[in-house]
Amino acid sequence: MSNPLDPHAAIVTEAAGLDQGGMLRTADGQPLAKALARSSRRARRRAFFLVLPLLAFVLLTFVLPIGQMLMRSVKNDGFSAYMPQLSAWFEANPDVTEPDDAAWAALAADLEASAKDRTIGIVGTRINYEIPGTRSLFTSAGRKARGGIEPPYREAMLDMDEEWGDPKLWGVMRQASDPYTANFYLAAMDRTRDEAGNIVLAPEEQRIYLHLFLRTFWLSLIITGTTFLLGFPIAHLLATLPMRQSNLLMILVLLPFWTSLLVRTTAWMVLLQQQGVVNDVFVWLGLIGDGQRLQMIYNQTGTIIAMTHILLPFMILPLYSVMRTINPSYVRAARSLGATSWTAFRRIYFPQTLPGLGAGALLVFILAVGYYITPALVGGSSGQLISNLIAMHMTQTLNWSMAAALAAMLLGGVLILYWVYDRLVGIDNLKLG
Amino acid sequence: MKKMLILTSALCGMGFAAQAQNKEVNVVSWGGAYEKSQVEAYNIPFAKETGIKVNMLAADNPATPLKAQVEAKNITGDVFDIEVSDAIRLCDEGALVEINPADLPAAPDGTPAADDFIPGALRECAVANIFWGTVIAFDKTKFGDNAPKTAADFFDTAKFPGKRGLPKNPKRTLYLALIADGVAPDAIYDTLDTPEGVDRAFAKLDTIKKDVVWWEAGAQPVQLLADGEVTMATGYNGRFFDAMVAEGKPFEIIWDGQYMDLDMFAIPKGSPNPEAAMQYLKYATDTQRLADQAKYIAYGPSRKSSAALVGLFQDGKTEMAPHMPTNPEHMKTAVMDDPEWWADHDAEMAERFNAWLAAN
Repeated sequence: MSNPLDPHAAIVTEAAGLDQGGMLRTADGQPLAKALARSSRRARRRAFFLVLPLLAFVLLTFVLPIGQMLMRSVKNDGFSAYMPQLSAWFEANPDVTEPDDAAWAALAADLEASAKDRTIGIVGTRINYEIPGTRSLFTSAGRKARGGIEPPYREAMLDMDEEWGDPKLWGVMRQASDPYTANFYLAAMDRTRDEAGNIVLAPEEQRIYLHLFLRTFWLSLIITGTTFLLGFPIAHLLATLPMRQSNLLMILVLLPFWTSLLVRTTAWMVLLQQQGVVNDVFVWLGLIGDGQRLQMIYNQTGTIIAMTHILLPFMILPLYSVMRTINPSYVRAARSLGATSWTAFRRIYFPQTLPGLGAGALLVFILAVGYYITPALVGGSSGQLISNLIAMHMTQTLNWSMAAALAAMLLGGVLILYWVYDRLVGIDNLKLG
Repeated sequence: MKKMLILTSALCGMGFAAQAQNKEVNVVSWGGAYEKSQVEAYNIPFAKETGIKVNMLAADNPATPLKAQVEAKNITGDVFDIEVSDAIRLCDEGALVEINPADLPAAPDGTPAADDFIPGALRECAVANIFWGTVIAFDKTKFGDNAPKTAADFFDTAKFPGKRGLPKNPKRTLYLALIADGVAPDAIYDTLDTPEGVDRAFAKLDTIKKDVVWWEAGAQPVQLLADGEVTMATGYNGRFFDAMVAEGKPFEIIWDGQYMDLDMFAIPKGSPNPEAAMQYLKYATDTQRLADQAKYIAYGPSRKSSAALVGLFQDGKTEMAPHMPTNPEHMKTAVMDDPEWWADHDAEMAERFNAWLAAN
């Protein structure tokens, strides 16, 4: 029994009653632990309903479309869905390399059917991804096949076009008869398959993606570095100046942030082009002759300058918010203990800014990796990034599987870097504001 | 006052009539001055005559939303203004409604539509509205008496100094290199069909690679020329016309080796208003409407019978005929787009072109 002198015990006993087993109960006789669990479950459910709209929104507008898009990079049923008989033949004869009469008959029947349904273009486009130039082979065969193909099928098909006998074509059709393929990822890594199905490097004049991936990551690193070099002193100034001046400075930082991306990019064109303001000033000052105007835009330099400017606020703002919270007496204490100003900065001040720096660097880098419009406009030939090729496959060649594979690789690269960052710096140290 | 009353009630009546029908058609086009010319020449008279409301939507390339809508099986547009290669590709993929030339209105003199349209302008699933040219333009003030005249001059930076503006894609650069290298306009695609031909085009591009400013958006070449950033650039003839006539810029167009493209109207299968869409397509591609469009933009009508009806620019004094890509003089050395070839090779060429650009 409880001690009658213990006031807490008395309250509990009075309020809930204490049964023989010593279990706490609520007024209606329920075990207290159970009642508590139920009420906290109710609270959790309510909280869940509150975030439900956001969850649904994220699922519907972000996870689902991205998942669908990524699915395209490994699944393309353009051939298997519209050439069912031939696909079945490939499945039934996994080892036969030389097509037999049944295969030719299946090909002719599928061509005829898909020409009638007007799906022959989809089939041709799928094969064209692997062997450029074969799309019209399919569409023209489809036009002829609409009237029906007479046996013997092999001779009839070869009569239409010699290329139908090409073993490479049959090899590619066999691969495409499986809707799931890694070929888009291979292509995104400048690899292709030879006739025997081995993975080999693409011909030299077609190799582009790895080069651009490397360039994208390299330029993004440079841009992150330059935003740090430029942003750190500004953020420090913002954090330490008296309110009135720092507010004014803050507006100068935010004003370009609120300006349209296109306007800012175009403004850099006006400034940096060869007949632009900066070159004019240099010529006027006599630094360079009129004939030797500098090429500062439509190349990598232009991309770096314009993107550094555009991404600068993403570095300054997290840095500023962290610097605001750093107590100035630490540095003063370090100085009073005999540290030089450099040592005080290096050992006391700078380490305290790391959470902001980490957040800023991560933001800038990830944004830079996926940047599209600025490099497209000011990048010329040497300032192109991988996102420009993704856009090209989305809008120009309409090869969405390829675009998805490239985008997935970009996403994978960023995730790996994020993981490395987490191991090196620790994601808990991130402070966005 | 009475007149006013009649007019008002007539207008109200029309409003009710339109509402009673409650018909509309969604047209997806390219935006900008081009879209404006379509609104003025097609949409406004169409709505007035039929009571069908036309909603104009803009896209960077209407083929992209078209493909997206077909893939998602949720089609919201009725008529799409797309390029030929896309029209052919999407038609082969079964995404577009087939169009029978016999259903299209005949020319005023009774010539059936099949004969009235310029060859290539009628496809299985699409009807062309305009021809447009990619042409070279140069700044007259930069060259004085020694003005460039041919596509070859574009590649001659010794004789005609200065930077060049070129679009950052293979389709509108390779042909120019071959023309300048002496290939006949009608042999361009036979040449490009061989690996040596492609090498030859890239080798010619190599000769000016360091002098090229690459552009991406159609407004850029005009801007580059106006800023003096380049002395010669290729671009869309309508844009250069606008700069020259409407803005009075000192540019001149070289029609030698112009690259001719078509824009086409197509209707996707399963569009929300298929009847209104077909009605709009027929209306917009009749002789008078195509001729009217030339009043607002310097693109050539796709019907032969429209040429005679093309009059003055909307400023009321500029004769349009000499500025049309379809002018017989300009057609002599024109390269016709080969959409089939590009449907087969555009990914391959784009990869090679970008690899070439990236290699310094």
